[in-house]
Amino acid sequence: MTPPLSLRRSAARWLGLFVAALMRLVDWPMRWLQRLLGERRMAYVFLLPNLVFFSLFVFLPLIINVVFSVTGGTALFPSERPYVGGGQYAYLFDCDSFLDPGSCREDHFWRGVANTLRFTTFQVVAMVLFSLVTAVVLNMRIRGRGFFRAVYFFPVLLSPVVVALIWKWILQRDGLLNAGLTALGGQKILFFIDPGWAMFWAVFVSIWAHMGFYTLILLAGLQAIPADLYEAAEMDATPRWRAFWRITLPLLWPNLIVVIVLALIRGVQTFDEVFVLTGGGPGTATLMVVQYIYETAFSNQVQNFGLAAAASVVLGIVLFGLTLAQLAASRRRSA
Amino acid sequence: MNRVARLLQIRRKSGRWHWTDIAAYSYLALGVVLMFGPVLWLVLSSFKTQAGLLEFPPSLLPMSQREVAVAGFPQPLPLFSVTLDDGSTRVLAQVRRIGIVAQMVDPESPAQQFRIPIDKRTPVREFKLATENYTEPLERFAFTRFLGNSVFVTVVATLITLLINSMAAYALSIYEFKGKNAAMLMVVGTLMIPITIILVPVYLVITKLGLVNSLWAVILPGAATPTGVFLLRQYMLTLPRDLIEAARMDKASEWQIYWRIVMPLAMPALAVLAIFSIMWRWNEFLWPLAVLTKTEVHTLQIGLNAFQGELQTQWHYLLAMTVATLAPVALVFVFLQRFITTGIANTGMK
Repeated sequence: MTPPLSLRRSAARWLGLFVAALMRLVDWPMRWLQRLLGERRMAYVFLLPNLVFFSLFVFLPLIINVVFSVTGGTALFPSERPYVGGGQYAYLFDCDSFLDPGSCREDHFWRGVANTLRFTTFQVVAMVLFSLVTAVVLNMRIRGRGFFRAVYFFPVLLSPVVVALIWKWILQRDGLLNAGLTALGGQKILFFIDPGWAMFWAVFVSIWAHMGFYTLILLAGLQAIPADLYEAAEMDATPRWRAFWRITLPLLWPNLIVVIVLALIRGVQTFDEVFVLTGGGPGTATLMVVQYIYETAFSNQVQNFGLAAAASVVLGIVLFGLTLAQLAASRRRSA
Repeated sequence: MNRVARLLQIRRKSGRWHWTDIAAYSYLALGVVLMFGPVLWLVLSSFKTQAGLLEFPPSLLPMSQREVAVAGFPQPLPLFSVTLDDGSTRVLAQVRRIGIVAQMVDPESPAQQFRIPIDKRTPVREFKLATENYTEPLERFAFTRFLGNSVFVTVVATLITLLINSMAAYALSIYEFKGKNAAMLMVVGTLMIPITIILVPVYLVITKLGLVNSLWAVILPGAATPTGVFLLRQYMLTLPRDLIEAARMDKASEWQIYWRIVMPLAMPALAVLAIFSIMWRWNEFLWPLAVLTKTEVHTLQIGLNAFQGELQTQWHYLLAMTVATLAPVALVFVFLQRFITTGIANTGMK
C-alpha cells in the first residue's frame, strides 16, 4: 500500500531538511579548518576521503600483492608468511612446453591462460564484426531506430548472473534450443558436456550481453562522419560497398581501435558469465585465468594466496600492456 | 497492420527498394528475436509449474492440466479428454492409474467408474500462471533478505560514491594547489587497476578492518571510482568561475560553495554517475562472491548463483527469482534508456 501523496511529500521534505541540517553541521568544523588552513589548502580536505579510499583499497593492495607473491604458506597476514623469493613464479612457470598446459606443474593456470586466449581471440573478432554490422545498420535511414538501438543495448544492463541463467535455461538438455533441434529432425546436444560447444556458447553469450555497448561506441563514430562525403560519393555514382570501404572504414578506424582494445581488456578479465554458465567445465574446458585466481585464493581446500597473487601480478602486467595500447590509441584519436 | 503496411511503403528517395534495405530490416528483425527472445522465454517459463517445466518439447505458454473437485474424493482430480470404445470423446477425471490402465470417473456422476487404457486419454490443459513460483521462495528461502542486502549495498554505496567523488572532483577542478598533478596522476593510474588483479590483498585489508561477511566489505572498496572523479571533474570545469568568486565575496565557506552552489549545478553529471554506480553495484559479482560467504549477507547475485548450484532440479523457483532480479534493471532501463545510452556514448565507459 502506498502512503497518501501528502505524507510522501512531507517525508521528502523532512529528508531534505535532515540532509540540509547535516550539511550545516559539517560546515561548522569545515569553517574551522578553513580558518586554520586558508582557502586554497581546503583542496586537501576535499581530496582526503577519496585518497583514503584509494590508498586503502588500491595502492596498499598493489604493494601487498607483490608481497604475497614472494611469500609462501597459507597464512593471510604477510607477517606470518615465510619469504620464498621467486618461488611462486617459478612454480607457476614450471613447464616443459608452454604450448602444452598438460606439461606444466600448475596445469590449471596454463589451461586458464590457453582458454582465456582462445576465448578472447574469438570474442574480439566476433564482437568487432557484429557490433560493426549492427552500428552500420542502425546508422542507415531506418524507421524506429531508437527502438532497435534499445533492443541491442538492453542486455548490457543485465547482471552477468542473470544473463548466464537465461542462456543456461535455453541451452539445457530439455531446453528451447534442443526442442528446436529435435523438431527439425536433429538429435539433442548436451552443450555443456562437449568442450567445443561449451566454449562456443561462452563466447556467444558474452557477445550477446556486451555487443550493445560496443555498438554504441561505433554508432557515435559513424554519426560523426559528415554526410556530405556520402552525398559526394553518390554524386559520383560510387557503389555503396566502395563508399563503405573508402569513407566509412578509414574514418571509423579510431573508434574501431578503441573497441578492439576495450574488448581485449574485458576479454582477458572474463569471469562472471562464464563461471555461472559453465562453471569452467566440462573439466577445465572453459576455465579462465580470473576463475583460476579466485579458486586458488578463495574456494579451494587449501587457500593458496601466494600463488593467486603471483598469477594476478602476471595478469596485471598483461592488462597494463593492453592499457598502454589503449592510451596510445585514444591519443591518436584525439590528435 | 496499418503501421506495418506504412513501414513497408517507406522507400528511399529513388522510390525503389535497394537490396541493402531488405537486408538491414531482416538483420534487425533477427536481432529483435535473438535479443528479446531469450528474456521473453525466461519470463514465460518462470510462470510454468514444475511439471510444466519438465515437459519436452516445451509449450510456448504456461499451460497446466485442469483439475476438478469431485464429490467423494478429498483431492482435486486431473481432467482428461478420453476416446471411448465407440469412438465418442468425453471429459473424465482420473482417480488413479494402475499400470497401463487408468481408473476414471465422470465429474458429473462420480458413482460410475471407467477403466481406460492410458494411451486413449489426453490431458485437458488450460492457460495458467504459476504465481506460486514467485510467492513460495519468499517464504522458503531468504530471498527478501538478499533483496534487502542488494538494495542496502546499492543505495549506500551510491551515496558514498557520489559524496566522496564529487568532493575530490571539486578539489581537482576549482583549486590550484601543490601536488595537484600528482593527485590527478593517481586518479588516472587507478583507472587501470581492476579488482580482478588485487583480489587477495583487498581481502587482507578487509580482514584487518574486521569486515569479512559484512555488507560494508562490498560497499567500501569500490566507493572511490576514478571514472566517477573524472566524469564529475570534466563537468565542474565548465561551471562559471564568477559564481564561485561571488560566493566567496559574500563570505560563503568553501564547504558551502561546494554543497550549495557546485553540487546543484553538477546535477546532470551526478545523475549519470548515480546511474552507473547503481548498475555496477546491483550487478557486482566477483568481489562479493569472494568476501561474502555467509548466507545472511548474500546479495541477490550471489544468492542467485548459490541457488543455481543447490536447486539444479528446482528451475521453477530459480527462473522466478531470476526474473525478480532482472525486473528492477528493466524498469530503470525503460525510463532512463536515452539518458544511459548518451551517458555511455559520451564517456565511453560502462
